[in-house]
Amino acid sequence: MALPAYAGTGERVWYYSYRVICALIFLFLIVPIIVIVPLSFNARPYFTFTQGMLALDPSAYSLRWYDALFSSREWMNSIRNSFFIATSSALISTALGTLAALGLSRPQMPARAFITAILISPMIVPLIITAAALFSFYARLNLANTFFSIIMAHVVLGTPFVVITVTASLSGFDQQLIRAAQSLGANQVTTFFKVILPLLLPGVIAGGLFAFITSLDEVVVVLFLAGPEQTPMTVRMFSGLREEISPTILALASILVAISILLLTSMEFLRRRNERQRGISQT
Amino acid sequence: MKRKTLLLAAAAVLPAAAAVAQEGSLTIVSWGGAYSMSQQKAYHEPYTDKTGTRILTQDESANALAGIRSQVDAGNVTWDVVDMLQADAQRACDEGLIMQIPHDEWLAEAPDGTPPSDDFIEGTLGECFIPQILYATMFAYNEEAFPDGGPQTVADIWDLEAFPGTRSLQKIPQKNLEWALIADGVPGDEVYDVLATQEGQDRAFAKLDEIKDNVIWWSEGAQPPQMLADKEAVIATAYNGRIFNAQVSEDQPFQIMWDGQMFEVDGWVVPVEKSDEQLELIKDYLYFATDTQRLADQAKYIPYAPARQSSVPMVSTHEETGVEMQPHMPTTEKNFQNAVQFNTDFWADYGDLLEERFNAWLAQ
Amino acid sequence: MADIPAAGTVPEMRRDEELTTADGRPLRVALRRSQRQLRRRAFYLVAPLLVFLLVTFGWPIANMIAGSVYNPEVAHFLPLTSSAISDWDGEDVPGEDVFAAMAMDMESGLANRTIGRAAGRINREIPGARSLVMGTARDLEDMQPPYREAFLAEDERWGDLEFWRLIKRETRIVTPAYYLLALDFEYNSRGEIVERPEIYQVYRQLFWRTAWMSLTITALCVLLGYPVAHLLATLPLKTSNVLMILVLLPFWTSLLVRTSAWIVLLQQQGVINDLLVWANIIDASGRIRMIYNQTGTIIAMTHILLPFMILPLYSVMKTIPPSYMRAARSLGATQFTAFTKVYMPLTIPGVAAGVLLVFILAIGYYITPALVGGESGIFISNLIAQNMQGTSAQLKLASALATILLVGVLFFYWLFNKLIGVDRLKFG
Repeated sequence: MALPAYAGTGERVWYYSYRVICALIFLFLIVPIIVIVPLSFNARPYFTFTQGMLALDPSAYSLRWYDALFSSREWMNSIRNSFFIATSSALISTALGTLAALGLSRPQMPARAFITAILISPMIVPLIITAAALFSFYARLNLANTFFSIIMAHVVLGTPFVVITVTASLSGFDQQLIRAAQSLGANQVTTFFKVILPLLLPGVIAGGLFAFITSLDEVVVVLFLAGPEQTPMTVRMFSGLREEISPTILALASILVAISILLLTSMEFLRRRNERQRGISQT
Repeated sequence: MKRKTLLLAAAAVLPAAAAVAQEGSLTIVSWGGAYSMSQQKAYHEPYTDKTGTRILTQDESANALAGIRSQVDAGNVTWDVVDMLQADAQRACDEGLIMQIPHDEWLAEAPDGTPPSDDFIEGTLGECFIPQILYATMFAYNEEAFPDGGPQTVADIWDLEAFPGTRSLQKIPQKNLEWALIADGVPGDEVYDVLATQEGQDRAFAKLDEIKDNVIWWSEGAQPPQMLADKEAVIATAYNGRIFNAQVSEDQPFQIMWDGQMFEVDGWVVPVEKSDEQLELIKDYLYFATDTQRLADQAKYIPYAPARQSSVPMVSTHEETGVEMQPHMPTTEKNFQNAVQFNTDFWADYGDLLEERFNAWLAQ
Repeated sequence: MADIPAAGTVPEMRRDEELTTADGRPLRVALRRSQRQLRRRAFYLVAPLLVFLLVTFGWPIANMIAGSVYNPEVAHFLPLTSSAISDWDGEDVPGEDVFAAMAMDMESGLANRTIGRAAGRINREIPGARSLVMGTARDLEDMQPPYREAFLAEDERWGDLEFWRLIKRETRIVTPAYYLLALDFEYNSRGEIVERPEIYQVYRQLFWRTAWMSLTITALCVLLGYPVAHLLATLPLKTSNVLMILVLLPFWTSLLVRTSAWIVLLQQQGVINDLLVWANIIDASGRIRMIYNQTGTIIAMTHILLPFMILPLYSVMKTIPPSYMRAARSLGATQFTAFTKVYMPLTIPGVAAGVLLVFILAIGYYITPALVGGESGIFISNLIAQNMQGTSAQLKLASALATILLVGVLFFYWLFNKLIGVDRLKFG
């Protein structure tokens, strides 16, 4: 939206102030996330920039909080728990969600809108309600405080993202391609693996990544379902934050930001690849 | 890695079943942290050494009431012995979730032959409850904030002119309403009679109103020492063990105000629906773990007072720092004089109502 | 979905020219059968997830809702009293038959440990009734019939009509009592529904607060999200892709990380206060309290939910051809008129989607208000969580509060579906 040549002074002022406002909003979005990263290298246990840090004095920075994080058995256990839960639940979510998305994308799917609404609902229902309901459900089965119940709960919370993402990547999927493949002699299995899957894969992986990060970040349900053996890092972080924010939490938070950047980059890569493959890239 | 995590998952899914199947093991639920550690050292390890019974621990006491309720509802009770606050034990007992305990039949006598029902400090035994320790919640302050001497009585806490600064109180009605009445001149032993009336409740809330603007609220036991250290608050209510740690291990200039401190009791309960065989094992453990020596031993690791009178003289020094424990015990003569016993029965009756009123008061 | 060709739709045809398949069946029938088969196949793909969700999500929630009205305590644990009291007119202290029934219920209730549950239920509405019932039950073995006199001699509260009326009322297995509490109403002693005294009213206030704070957050999200989405939609793709990262990164970053970031920034010893002190805008003793109150919750949640506003707005704005604005201008409209009369109406679907999504997500928030809300900035979810850990009566109250919240959320979800369609939801 370049400024047209015929713009008047008022318009010019507005144009630049509009850009400034947007810049401020972008800062609002990004600064809080960026600011914790340097603070996690603070040599002293404060949550603000010391004189030394501002002067870029190397001795004002240290890795001590990362060291504290990695040498703590509790933290490492909980990080391991988190990744185990997130990986397992993402795999199951992806399988169930992709199947469902394939069904939903078929033109003959009955009651599509209603069923989609049900499948998406775990994303909409307040987590505290899900947590309350699932806690008494699994406690009755004597399965509270097990990895099983937590993984099942996270599958519930993760599938909506898989369904949404895979369905979106299937929309605009040209059904003619299937008929073309079959008319050229491919059977159903070959069609699926040679035609459908390659086109679908970026969407599936993106959905899986969404389910993974959803589980990795989830706090409320695990707060109720996890026992000491399963404590994931989010629960430890939450109780740490309730008591007193510690620099170790900032170190972990910075690592999580790095993971987000990594996932975001892979998503972006997948999206472009998907667009290229489907020939709808608009450059 | 993958394989290991899978095994880990299988192990985690199965422990409940495994615990039942295995001969001679007990699943004991407690609070975790330093407190569980003190039980591990004073009770569990010596017991396993003596009998070979394996003890599996879970840190689930914070959710004990909800946990026992759902296990009993499902008819599948895997917890054998649970550490609980007396107030929660009262609720669980009322709901028929835990066993009634004949103390004299199940527990050891004092070394001089006093039966348990006389040996445990008065008011600590419950119908379904075996006390272990007494702890106090009391006011503590940072000496540096009051160079001319800190508050000495509960009424001083309300004196914002003589002792200016932020107070930090726990975000629950329990104990705060009692203190408000004490500050308003109600004698300690009449507090609950007054608080049972509408006028008494009005009076307590009106008194709390006086300092409301100078109060920040805490919800986790670790917060008050932290707030005192950061000078975010100059006076805070806290558990005596937490202040002890700050004083002894971190050299913080904190003082405990031993006036109007409220006692609570923590102890063991046994969920219902245990097989006869398992119950024998549980009784054997409880007989051992609640005798005079064991209760005195626990005070080596944590500054909470043993619930048996016969254990009190046997309390010695802190295992880690060598500090003499007696002066830090909430039951020591000097500290005990103006103590108020927290009334669990009262709170079982009025808890729901007063919690709602407290929430409404906070939300104003 | 719109661009998928309507494959397999049966063309209209005239009856008299009915076509048949190779094996002689009418084509219409064969087509309909294959159509049915396709429908079934599509459904089979969805079925595993649907069944999984119904069992591990729908059923537990249905159970929770059932728990909020289930009221077995009086009927099951005071069975004799329940039937004896059914004939009582409620005008005078009940007769010996009711008291004798109560004594027998107490006896069996003591033996099988159920009396406490009945006592707890009554206590929820008459504080102190628990110890009255329990105390009398324990002294029962020393009492002699007639029990009416014996009970009244034990404690005069046994003559309290309110107590007996409550028992008579709560013999029903299904009760709205917890919903009344959840909305700050109660039964008076005559069984009429009245508002609770003001000093106990908290839940309605919390529902309102949750609603208006969520609205404020939603409004702030529109205010901040609209210009940004517009900029992203109108910039050249290369630039907007780079700027989009600034929106997507927060979206992908853990809620806890973002909440802790705001604690670091806003707390009294935090970055912003330090900056203000350093710049001499405030002095060290006058540090501003920006967190542990409503401000803290609103700032942190606006930040957390903003991407949920920007993304749907962006995807709608992206579809508006820039030529529309140029056309309006060339026809003589000012920039302002063109924007408000041409552009903005076209973005309404995006605004609606963003607003509903942000609002739905906001009213259920628990973690952020719990961490940065203090006392004045907590939501209804926080009280639900608090009640979940208490007595069984508090648990049922929590279920009632949760059900009310759920109904609210589902209403807006339904609205979202109706106006926008859930299949239009997209991320990234």
